[in-house]
Amino acid sequence: MTRYLLKRLGGALLVLLALSVAVYALFYLVPGDPARLACGERCSTQQVTQVRERLGLDASVFTQYGHFLQGIVAGRDYSTGTAVLHCDAPCLGFSYKTDQQVTRLILERVPATLSLALGAMVIWLVIGVGTGLLSALRRGGITERALTVLTLAGTGMPVFILGLLLLMAVCAYLRWLPFPSYVPLSQDPEQWAWNLLLPWLTLGFFESAKYARLTRSSTLETLAEDHIRTFRAYGVGERAVVGRHALRGAVPPVIALNANDLGTVVGGAVLTETLFGIPGIGKTLVDAVRVVDVPVVVGVVLVTGTAVVLANVVADLLYAAADRRVALL
Amino acid sequence: MTGVVDVTERLIHVEDLTVDFPAGEPGGAGTVRAVDGLSFTLTAGRAIGLVGESGSGKSTVASALLGLHRGTGARVGGTVRVGGTDVGAASERELRALRGAVAAMVFQDPLSSLDPYYAVGDQIAEVYRVHTDATRRAARARAVEVLDRVGIPDAARRAGARPHEFSGGMRQRALIAMALACEPRLLIADEPTTALDVTVQAQILDLLHDLRHETGMGLLLVTHDVGVAAESVDEVLVMRHGREVERGPVAEVLGAPRDTYTRTLLAAVPRVDTPLGAPRTGAAASSPGPAGEALLEAVGLRREFRRGRRTVTAVDGVSLTVHPGETLGIVGESGSGKTTLGRMLVRLLDPSAGGLRYRGTEIATASEKELRPYRRELQMVFQDPVASLNPRRSVGESVADPLRAAGVLDERRLVARVRELLDRVGLDPDRYDRYPHEFSGGQRQRVGIARALAAEPRLIVCDEPVSALDVTTQAQVTALLAELQRELGLALVFIAHDLAVVRQVSDRVAVMRGGRIVEQGTVEEVYGTPSEAYTKQLLAAVPALDPALAEARRSARRTLPASAEGMAVA
Repeated sequence: MTRYLLKRLGGALLVLLALSVAVYALFYLVPGDPARLACGERCSTQQVTQVRERLGLDASVFTQYGHFLQGIVAGRDYSTGTAVLHCDAPCLGFSYKTDQQVTRLILERVPATLSLALGAMVIWLVIGVGTGLLSALRRGGITERALTVLTLAGTGMPVFILGLLLLMAVCAYLRWLPFPSYVPLSQDPEQWAWNLLLPWLTLGFFESAKYARLTRSSTLETLAEDHIRTFRAYGVGERAVVGRHALRGAVPPVIALNANDLGTVVGGAVLTETLFGIPGIGKTLVDAVRVVDVPVVVGVVLVTGTAVVLANVVADLLYAAADRRVALL
Repeated sequence: MTGVVDVTERLIHVEDLTVDFPAGEPGGAGTVRAVDGLSFTLTAGRAIGLVGESGSGKSTVASALLGLHRGTGARVGGTVRVGGTDVGAASERELRALRGAVAAMVFQDPLSSLDPYYAVGDQIAEVYRVHTDATRRAARARAVEVLDRVGIPDAARRAGARPHEFSGGMRQRALIAMALACEPRLLIADEPTTALDVTVQAQILDLLHDLRHETGMGLLLVTHDVGVAAESVDEVLVMRHGREVERGPVAEVLGAPRDTYTRTLLAAVPRVDTPLGAPRTGAAASSPGPAGEALLEAVGLRREFRRGRRTVTAVDGVSLTVHPGETLGIVGESGSGKTTLGRMLVRLLDPSAGGLRYRGTEIATASEKELRPYRRELQMVFQDPVASLNPRRSVGESVADPLRAAGVLDERRLVARVRELLDRVGLDPDRYDRYPHEFSGGQRQRVGIARALAAEPRLIVCDEPVSALDVTTQAQVTALLAELQRELGLALVFIAHDLAVVRQVSDRVAVMRGGRIVEQGTVEEVYGTPSEAYTKQLLAAVPALDPALAEARRSARRTLPASAEGMAVA
């Protein structure tokens, strides 16, 4: 178990290292001089030279990448000639635009993203697993057909269309809610929930289609297994057969998928956050791309990558915990 | 025996039972009749065996007794009464009360028949609580009690284990324990020993026998194995195509069958207890016997597999020789290393150590290039005729493959040769372009044999070539192999778990256990005067066709040292 974990984490580290090389190349692939981009368009040539020195852009590509990694692992100092600017351990550099530390900038956005992700998760689990189960148990009936259509619609509709339709209907047409604008949980829990309701529903509905399909197929698969027949043949009631035995077998793949999805969404639900103006990680990425704030883009991509890779490890561990027959090698 | 008995004494009363399954497209009108007008009764405390080949409808009857066809789309006609309950007319509630409490079922595959997610003891306790108002604690205690009764060592602790932590035999014991939990009056066992090794099968059959004597419950045993029925029941009902062929006391039906089908079935069953016929002609007649030059010689063959950090030795220092034109039988239980050995003999697997000489050339460590001239001469026939043929290629194409590999590229010659081969193994050459799913199991195995023959081999390793087939088909395929061997002078290595089949086809036999050969000799020596305790134990475990002999064997088994199976943890 420990051995497996070490092996998996080692692998995850390698993946992240490869990712860091790929995103670091962005600094050089983006057209224009990094120093000029960092300094801003109105900088004089002299200022640009200063910035170049401060960021160490004179050194070779490899040295710079080494500094970049060093910044992430141990922190890094930027010398301006007169003063030293220290950047703490997971240092991802400074934003070109705001001169804020990228790490701090991302950390500030985490609560908003987590708020969205966890709330949406509850919705996609309840709706997805619920409809999946229902359509598996009512197989062949009208209920299943209706649910299949809904699921298909969910899978087929892009999240921004779904979100826009919801916004139009609820806020513009029915006027049940004002247009949402994010309020932090620490500031006002009630407003936090009301303003996140539509984003939750949008992301939750969108993701739930996948869960409905997975739950349906894994439930049907379990129901067809021999041990279900055993309990029916021993007079165990249908409710117990489904509730105890079929459900238990249908759950592990759902848990694994959920861990994966949560990782992805925590890394930033770009579309949903942008659509509803939620100041989360996904929106940060979009904003940074728009203004060519390369350090921020690189930082967000690395954080997102880490979330996804770790979620994969967690998904495997959860699967093994839910199904003890799976040996972790 | 029936007729004179009071109706209330009847545990099972089946009259004119028909079961139709929907066939073809869902919602279509077509149906397949699986059971066609079957009638029989079973008196309390007696045992009946439903015997038949695959597709005879025997398992369908077993399911009908508990009303398990309800809600599956199958149409059930006629009357089924079990323990006084009219299964056809009973409400769901009445059915549930019947299932498990009055009549309990033991299924074929004990691993898939238990819920992998719950402890074995909890599953038994759950069933017990459905039929009694026992507390959780009392139900657990009852589970431990029945597990102990069926011979699970340290039952109190093992009750907390999950099915995958049990060995195959222990799982079947656990299922039987579940059946016993509510003290049913009828036990329905559907192929209860088919997935088990022969020694474990004997233990389970003995257990069923003892339990019946102890509790007085009735038994309906469904099996394809006539020997298993002979061991366990009073009365036999032979089924074919959903109908009764013959029914009567077990000694009568098996001893003096009246129906021709029963006779064919019994004649096809290979046996270990009949006198051997005339000496087999293969080796003895046409080529130098064991004294002559060896075709293939293995010395100290060894193979290890790595499983994570552990190394498992599958074959451990096996030495044997195969002479031209003879059949060497290799017999052993699951996990004995016989398949690994067979694959090494034709170098489909590389030996970890040891020597392998083919016609005087050392090939154990030969490179693929050095092997080329011999590949053609060493062929293999596999166990599963479904999995070993490519479903997306026609059988003609599959048979042609070794020819292409051997360099025959002229399309016309190729097709002509393949047609000749198909004809040779008893298939219609015009079915060249048909796909494997259009063939029956036995026919598919014939295709596999044709493929092995294509390259004109000198030696064929047959790995469980007939274990997936019904006895009558099995007899046809072994007859074909013997015939081909005689005509073509082939050497055969025949690997099987079934002692009787091996005895029937082999000149010499090697008995494997734990990766080693424990005993080797002529058929007469190994089966007639076995010297190893393990061989004796294996032979004693083979079900006998004669009920009287079966009883004698049963008592003989009790005096032999028991195997360690009960202790094994898979």
